Amino acid sequence: MTRSRTSRNLLLLALIAGLVVIYFPLLVVVLNSFNADTTFGWPPVRFTLDWWGHAAGNSGAIDALVTSVEVGLIATVISLLLGTMAAFALQRYTFFGRDTVSLLLILPIALPGIVTGIALNNAFRTMLGVQLGFFTVVVAHSTFCIVTAFNNILARLRRSGTNLQQASMDLGANGFTTFRLITFPVLRSALLAGGLLAFALSFDEIIVTQFTIGAGMKTLPVWIMDNLARPNQAPVVNVVATVLILVSTIPVYLAQRLSGDTATGHR
Amino acid sequence: MTTNTAQRTRFSDRLSSFGYARPRLRLAGLLSLPMLWLGLAYLAALAALFVSAFWTTDSFTGETVRDWNVDNFVSLFSDGVYRSITFRTLGVAVGVTLIDALIAFPMAYYMARYASVRAQRILVIAILTPLWASYLVKAYAWRTMLAPNGLIGWLLHPFGLDSPGYGVTATLITLSYLWLPYMILPVYAGLGQLPQSLIEASTDLGARGWRTFRSVIFPMVFPSVIAGSIFTFSLSLGDYIAVQIVGGTSQMLGNVVYSNVGAANNLPFAATVATIPVVIILLYLFAVRRTGALDNL
Repeated sequence: MTRSRTSRNLLLLALIAGLVVIYFPLLVVVLNSFNADTTFGWPPVRFTLDWWGHAAGNSGAIDALVTSVEVGLIATVISLLLGTMAAFALQRYTFFGRDTVSLLLILPIALPGIVTGIALNNAFRTMLGVQLGFFTVVVAHSTFCIVTAFNNILARLRRSGTNLQQASMDLGANGFTTFRLITFPVLRSALLAGGLLAFALSFDEIIVTQFTIGAGMKTLPVWIMDNLARPNQAPVVNVVATVLILVSTIPVYLAQRLSGDTATGHR
Repeated sequence: MTTNTAQRTRFSDRLSSFGYARPRLRLAGLLSLPMLWLGLAYLAALAALFVSAFWTTDSFTGETVRDWNVDNFVSLFSDGVYRSITFRTLGVAVGVTLIDALIAFPMAYYMARYASVRAQRILVIAILTPLWASYLVKAYAWRTMLAPNGLIGWLLHPFGLDSPGYGVTATLITLSYLWLPYMILPVYAGLGQLPQSLIEASTDLGARGWRTFRSVIFPMVFPSVIAGSIFTFSLSLGDYIAVQIVGGTSQMLGNVVYSNVGAANNLPFAATVATIPVVIILLYLFAVRRTGALDNL
């Protein structure tokens, strides 16, 4: 008994230490958003609220934020649609090449971002002759977001089975009514959770974005990339990052509430 | 109005039973859009990229010359610099994966098996939240922390040590930090699904804690560790931005690809270099497919 008590305490210690390591750099970012010294030497000596004032009036950051949200929302909708279709196909049917299809779905996220980036860049510019712009970023983001939507829907379909659908059909509902009244409500929270993850993935993506975005356009990560290296702008970036960290707890909390029953409660 | 609705219902009924009687058609319908998107848009783009690895760039005009040869591969494999960069990249990717697995396992273990349901929910949020903080900002946070006058040096100074500075060590630390949540979450999910009865059975059969871990828990959670490793391994293998930020002069494969696309404007050679991580990842995916890890992603 004492032995297991000891190992339990050691594990708790490891968990706490891990969380400290995870949160410490974030704390440094928050602290540096008040740090008067632009080289961020440690320990910080003087504090200021100037950067927060600068950030509030920074139109570049706000424009980039709007672009990021637009790209993220459209990419999320597309990836949810395609991911749901693929999940239904792979869960409800067995067919030749099923494994290949599931491999194809994870490929955009398993391969290095730079490979996806230069492949799409090359395809857009030289094969299709398309000008890089908003549309090309959306296409690129949708491609690697499909898998997160797919995974969430697939997990839900696996657990929910088809009994309810069959009962609905037996009671005389046709396929569309069954989808509207049974299948969709069963999937709704999985769609939301998958959508939030897809949005998060798109929102923070920088590598593929760099290769598929039009000249002069900026998503928030591209704006951060441009500004972090500039000594005068770096503190403002810390402010933006601090705001993002704080705001991000809301969607994370929601996603967890919606898909939470998968990961908790069975020990 | 009523007849109109009735007709429409009848049409949707007919369409529904038409589809119901033809499962293959429904399957084709479901697969069509995703496969068009991924197969045509993505696979075709990838294929075109790797075809161009067999072409060359005219060093004078900068245009791609489309005559088939393996010159790029010859220069890639004969140059010792690329060989050492490949081994460094592979070493970093394996190192990051091992570090993350070692840190993530005890954390996930406590979360899944000892924390209350309420605490589990909070802990999962605590692990997920940093994923939303910008990747770039986190990498730069490590840059300032690893700087000569930064936090790490300040912490280590009393022990007579210095900050490791920018280089392979800094890359290992930063990448392990960035991808840690991707390892914790699948391992946690895997441990959560482990039936308590199996552990009790093992204890009943006389196994002590370590033996139960080695013979029961670890083998059953192994696919989840592999699922996490797909993220940590492949994300590290292709990274070049964090390497630019904290890696100092030690480049990785991603940097070579990036500089060939950008400054050197040599897409064929960039594609050639990019085949290395792609082949490694495909081999890795192929090797782990048998463990069932791909179903745990």
